[in-house]
Amino acid sequence: MLDYERKRQTLIVRLADELDHSAAARMRGELDELLRDGSIRSLVFDLRNLNFMDSSGIGFIIGRYKLMARRGGSVAVMNADRRMDRIFEMAGLYELVERMA
Amino acid sequence: MKSLNEIRLDFPAIPENEGLARMVVSAFLLPLNPTVEELADVKTAVSEAVTNAIVHGYAEREGVVRLRADYREDGLLTVDVCDRGCGIADVARARQPFFTTLEGEERSGMGFTVMESFMDGVEVKSAPNVGTTVRLTKRLLTREEPIARRA
Ligand SMILES: Nc1ncnc2c1ncn2[C@@H]1O[C@H](COP(=O)(O)OP(=O)(O)O)[C@@H](O)[C@H]1O
Ligand SMILES: [Mg+2]
Repeated sequence: MLDYERKRQTLIVRLADELDHSAAARMRGELDELLRDGSIRSLVFDLRNLNFMDSSGIGFIIGRYKLMARRGGSVAVMNADRRMDRIFEMAGLYELVERMA
Repeated sequence: MKSLNEIRLDFPAIPENEGLARMVVSAFLLPLNPTVEELADVKTAVSEAVTNAIVHGYAEREGVVRLRADYREDGLLTVDVCDRGCGIADVARARQPFFTTLEGEERSGMGFTVMESFMDGVEVKSAPNVGTTVRLTKRLLTREEPIARRA
């Protein structure tokens, strides 16, 4: 169900449609299963096809950040729109997670 | 001032209905000709309030969430999201950024902060073991002419 791509040590996850509490709950298990592969050092969320996100998205991304940070890995987001930036900035997310263009 | 339109919707407190509530409110607002920005502001705030009713109010147990919305001639939109769940003992504290009682479940504690930043008004009425009503208000400013004359 998750749309993802593996490039060497990086896992790129393309989030689509809506990231709310319900979607986060559906995706969490599958993503964490993939992340059990310890050779993944960097997790990138591509938000290009995401049409909606609320504060549940912050919790979801910070949850994955904690998981990656424990193994010395990193998390980044790309293609966040203005509204997503605003929500992430409210929570200081970009202090933990790199914002790629 | 007279309200021009009003809806009420009761739905079971299940996560699938977070999206339903957003869709219903968007459809309800369409005659007001809101901007993309206004529509997204309202959808986001409603999503936060409905999610809270489901995950906190009823703690993902059975219950009914009541959504009521109306708008007036002058573009003032009011949305009430009501649950008969566990209630909030200290509302001021609950509204603080990053405050959450569900730490282990990846809540960010930013729901009320998001509602406040995307709406003009956020009122919370709550009592422990009685329930919570969140009233969201927003003046849709971008209309070039009064709604009444457009019909
Ligand atoms: N409808 C509700 N019923 C009971 N408690 C609530 C409700 N809405 C919010 N709360 C309380 O307020 C806190 C803060 O809510 P919020 O800012 O949305 O953050 P989060 O949902 O991430 O915890 C919640 O953790 C919860 O304790
Ligand atoms: Mg919340």
